Amino acid sequence: MGETVVTVQDLAKHYKDVKAVDGISFTVKRGEIFGIVGPNGAGKTTTIECIAGMRSPDNGLVNVLGLHPTNDSALLKQRIGLQQQESEIPDRLKLKEAMLLFSSFYEDVLDYKELLTQLNLWEKKDAYFSTLSGGQKKRFFVAMALIGNPDVLFLDELTSGLDPQARRSIWKLVKSLREQGRTIVLSTHYMDEAEKLCDRVAVIDRGKIAALDSPANLILSHGGHTRVLFDVEEDFDHQFLSGIPGVESVQRENDSCSLEVSIRSAIVEIVKGLDSADNGLDSFRIEAPDLEDVFLNITGREVRD
Amino acid sequence: MKKNSFTEIIKAEMLLFIREPSAFFFTLIFPLLMMLLFSSIWGNDPFPGEFFGYLDFSVGGYMGMVMATGFFMSLTVTMATYREKGILKRFRATPVSPFAILVGQLVSVFAVTVAGVILLLIAGYLLFNLQFFGNIFEFILAFLLSSASIAALGFIPASLAPTARSGVVLANTMYFPMLFLSGATLPRSMLPQFLQDVSQVFPLTHAISLMQKVWLGEHIWDSPVHIAVLSGFILAGLFVSVKFFKWE
Repeated sequence: MGETVVTVQDLAKHYKDVKAVDGISFTVKRGEIFGIVGPNGAGKTTTIECIAGMRSPDNGLVNVLGLHPTNDSALLKQRIGLQQQESEIPDRLKLKEAMLLFSSFYEDVLDYKELLTQLNLWEKKDAYFSTLSGGQKKRFFVAMALIGNPDVLFLDELTSGLDPQARRSIWKLVKSLREQGRTIVLSTHYMDEAEKLCDRVAVIDRGKIAALDSPANLILSHGGHTRVLFDVEEDFDHQFLSGIPGVESVQRENDSCSLEVSIRSAIVEIVKGLDSADNGLDSFRIEAPDLEDVFLNITGREVRD
Repeated sequence: MKKNSFTEIIKAEMLLFIREPSAFFFTLIFPLLMMLLFSSIWGNDPFPGEFFGYLDFSVGGYMGMVMATGFFMSLTVTMATYREKGILKRFRATPVSPFAILVGQLVSVFAVTVAGVILLLIAGYLLFNLQFFGNIFEFILAFLLSSASIAALGFIPASLAPTARSGVVLANTMYFPMLFLSGATLPRSMLPQFLQDVSQVFPLTHAISLMQKVWLGEHIWDSPVHIAVLSGFILAGLFVSVKFFKWE
């Protein structure tokens, strides 16, 4: 950790009248999993394309591994792996054939047998690409992005369209890649994915960075209060709850209570109070804020609206 | 690069061609069937007062048919599919020069065309005593010039078509009139004069005419108009492709 491998400064790119990316700056350190999150159309893909040398930015500086993305494109592409959305290989190419083909493009290659075995695809080596399931295809995309033994891996919306189980297996995979010392820049519109996977997250909205920090810090500073919810009997007197330090608000609607707390210790006091009143504990639940709340609080909009 | 990526690309493209039954059939088998059908109707005995028969005269047309099918149908559909499914984009994300993919395509289609022509020649020779009356080097030159011209023209729809479906439509619109009017299927002399004149706009007409003439013993330089038109189409095709080619 420590060494900066990706530097982006004032990156801007527009298509006709639309400012897809509007002045974005960040750095990524070696060994980091860096997330670019935001709704569809926020500028995530364009950002990745500019960093990986697929597009020339209108403005701004980008440096990856000391190289200029478009001027040193051939050199850079030897050292990065890039998987874009809607970017496949021919249907009737077998996995093994595709691996051999892609191996021939790179100077330093990984052993495709080991790679496919690692990704749980070895028994599919003689299958046509088109016969793979959604999750298998995504895993194979990772294999193709890895075959050139890249220092930095760019994964654009890799898990979109996958079922939760397949997504979790991809998360495990991405984490294991970081253990190998690779740097990973990924984009996603799944906030839970960014929260579980990324060391740091840039929240992008309308081409600009709205916030950038670790998921925990983002939730702490922008997530809002933790909510405590429980149901009580009608004669329950909820007045004492407001007196507990750290309880910011109490709402009662018939038999359901909803509290906002700003410090964790308040939860203990609430539980104690409910215990002695012998009320509410059966339905007691805590809702911690997540990155979805962060996005909502920063931009005033839902991620998917 | 560890291995030669260009040969690997061509190897992959050839595998894909073999695995695509319709491309395989229409490029390699269909022209052969047409040739066998018409040759069994007309035979290949010399025409009265001539030294050549139907097939000796028409084989250039069938060669043109193989060329047009390869460079129009196969190339356009493959390139449009590659664009639609982001395959070109995927290759562009690797260190390999994106032009290697395009050249690999052209070389593969050319190789298939040559294979198709060899099939025609073998069948024509074995079944109908097909004979060659020209200079082999001049014929190869005529064949290469024709292929380059058809390839350049075929690359126009291949550059432009955004989806496989639109690629098929675009290629068909250019392919079928060309196929029927250029002498690839019917001898042009059987067409009304008006259509014969119209057919002059197709490079395939000039390609077939040139190959037929050289096959029957004329010198290639005796057909300067054909050479000029074919060269013109190469330039035009290159210009349009370079200007309008889309990776995604």
